[in-house]
Amino acid sequence: MRVAVLKGGRSLEREVSLRSAANVEAALRRLGHDVTGIDVDQHLVRTLRAERPDAAFVALHGKGGEDGTVQELLEILGIPYTGSGVRACERSMDKVVAKAAFATAGLPTPPWFAFSEDAFREMGAADTLGEIRARLGLPLVVKPAKQGSALGISVAHEPGDIPRALMAALSYDDRVLLERFVAGREIAVSVLGTEEPEALPAVEARPQDRDFYDFEARYTPGLTEFVAPAPLTPEEADTAARLALECYAEIGCRGFGRVDMILDAEGWFWVLELNTIPGLTDTSLMPKAAEAAGMDFDELIARVLAQADLGG
Amino acid sequence: MGTDGARYESRYAARARGVVSSAMRDLMALSERPEIISLAGGFPATESFPPEVFSELAEVVARDHLAGALQYGPTEGLAELRARICDVMAVEGAVAHPEHLMVTSGGQQAIDLAIRTFVDPGDVVIAEGPTYPGAVPTLTTYQARVVHVPMDGDGMRVDLLEETLDRLAAAGERPKLLYTIPTFHNPAGVTMSLERRRALVAIAHERELLVVEDNPYGQLRFEGTPLPTLWELDGGAGWVVYLSTFSKILAPGVRLGWVVAPPPVLRKMNLAKQATDLGSSTLGQRFVLEYLRRFDYRHHVARQNDIYRRRRDVLLRALEEEFPAEASWSRPGGGLFVWATLPEFVDTRELLARAIDRHAVAFVPGQAAFLDGRGGSSMRLNFSGVPEERLVEGVARIGTAIAETVELQRVFGGGA
Repeated sequence: MRVAVLKGGRSLEREVSLRSAANVEAALRRLGHDVTGIDVDQHLVRTLRAERPDAAFVALHGKGGEDGTVQELLEILGIPYTGSGVRACERSMDKVVAKAAFATAGLPTPPWFAFSEDAFREMGAADTLGEIRARLGLPLVVKPAKQGSALGISVAHEPGDIPRALMAALSYDDRVLLERFVAGREIAVSVLGTEEPEALPAVEARPQDRDFYDFEARYTPGLTEFVAPAPLTPEEADTAARLALECYAEIGCRGFGRVDMILDAEGWFWVLELNTIPGLTDTSLMPKAAEAAGMDFDELIARVLAQADLGG
Repeated sequence: MGTDGARYESRYAARARGVVSSAMRDLMALSERPEIISLAGGFPATESFPPEVFSELAEVVARDHLAGALQYGPTEGLAELRARICDVMAVEGAVAHPEHLMVTSGGQQAIDLAIRTFVDPGDVVIAEGPTYPGAVPTLTTYQARVVHVPMDGDGMRVDLLEETLDRLAAAGERPKLLYTIPTFHNPAGVTMSLERRRALVAIAHERELLVVEDNPYGQLRFEGTPLPTLWELDGGAGWVVYLSTFSKILAPGVRLGWVVAPPPVLRKMNLAKQATDLGSSTLGQRFVLEYLRRFDYRHHVARQNDIYRRRRDVLLRALEEEFPAEASWSRPGGGLFVWATLPEFVDTRELLARAIDRHAVAFVPGQAAFLDGRGGSSMRLNFSGVPEERLVEGVARIGTAIAETVELQRVFGGGA
């Protein structure tokens, strides 16, 4: 099969995408496919028209690649592509939209407030920080709404940390959310499939000496200990899997995805976000989940490719 | 297969483990995208090199020197090239003998050889703060403990260097070497005054401090009188190792630089170079040699300097117009870079994310030029490799990103 691997682009996660794509391209070649890597730029549509691939493996992360933009183009060009369709990408890329969907469906997600940069500049939103702090408590997490790899995320432990954290998050996106900080274990459940999606074994990330699983912890070998499958009780493992599948269905995902959650000290799970294009780098969680399920990387990639489709 | 990095982790050397992924490095890689106006590079204007000169040289090499140019060469470099490099140094008043000089694969290799020859893990190295961002990974790799000495408009604060040396001596520490870029500093954009040069060399002599003088930009002077190199002021006392490169006076693509050092040091560096690459590209050396035989490189440098001077002026004018009143920046009399410092609340790594993501413009955040986390509100701006109208547009975009940040700081009241 002629497969175009879409990678790179201009998103702040460009380098992460290139690392994912290198692994994907190698796997696809081992699987016997005719592979072309395409670094996404202003000539993308022309390149795709010239290449006429049978399918596109979207190995992009962040803006442009994970937000439905590239998917829309592939729909118009009629090229089946891996992963979720346009609507699901749109709904999951913005953490605020995704959290609202989870909350509406009764899925547990930490309480939050979200503002645009304009709300701070033009409507005095900063004057509500006292109320926000009172409602969410401290510490609280400040995140850019549309950014992956934990870029721009920080934890405010003191009231005085909040402005600094907001400034940082607003550097990465023009919308930010302030979210209750849930202390606990970082659990990620990867999901594979479309008609009858299955949850892979949960993976626990244990970042060393850090507030949370940040960018360096994600991509520097040795900074995070990964446990796959995560040491959960059978009930916890069931709950995590069920939650992940419900989130996946709620957003309307296809092919594959990963749901990141926290397991708190009382045994409750809290969903933080859903990634429609999980990282496939050497230190990423989904390949570890697949391995825990007895599936090597090539098989994982083969199964994701097999579900490449249009629509949805 | 091959996707599981974990299997290699226990095998990495300590010096490789120290070099890690960072969000900043990923962001800087993004600055090379064509849609982005990048003031982050350090690129000479190679488009000004005459193609007919290149053709002529290629033909001469093919006709008269092909077998030699394709063959291994001596580790220290082609003898005639070394002699001609001494002529290049003489233009700046520095007297060197070809036998004290070794050709390297770019100035970067000269830095690497100097550090690796002298520095064991944990050894103290003194460097200006900021220092050359390209030396940072080298110093990290060899696990140097870097102590920065602050700079002002006249270069390294030599008075503070003395304080630093006293403090280190009191703690029983002896720095292995001092790394400095006295002329048109990268990234600071300042030049060490004559008085400070003399004082630094006097300190080196008095305290037996080995000085590594990196001088890639000395001939990129737009105005003012040339100053003597530290090498010259050392007067053969043997406390200065001198590094330079063809990257800025000719072209970085040839990947040729050089080191001049006292003979015992040069022998050690020669052995280190043998282990690294046996010798620098003979083809590149032959190409440069034929160039130096046929043309006066100073005409090329003068042409480049005309371009750079205009670009510097455009950049400085744009900074006046677009940067806030609280910002300050250097006004370099040569070289490739301006160093700008913003109000303390601006974190230039965050500013870079905003600048790339929303304004398609890039610069080097100041932290890249420090090994101790400082430089957080500074940035390096390159003018040599960016056409004038792109410079104006680029600075305007950075100015917008700064204005947005300043406005947010105002909104958040600078604290709780």
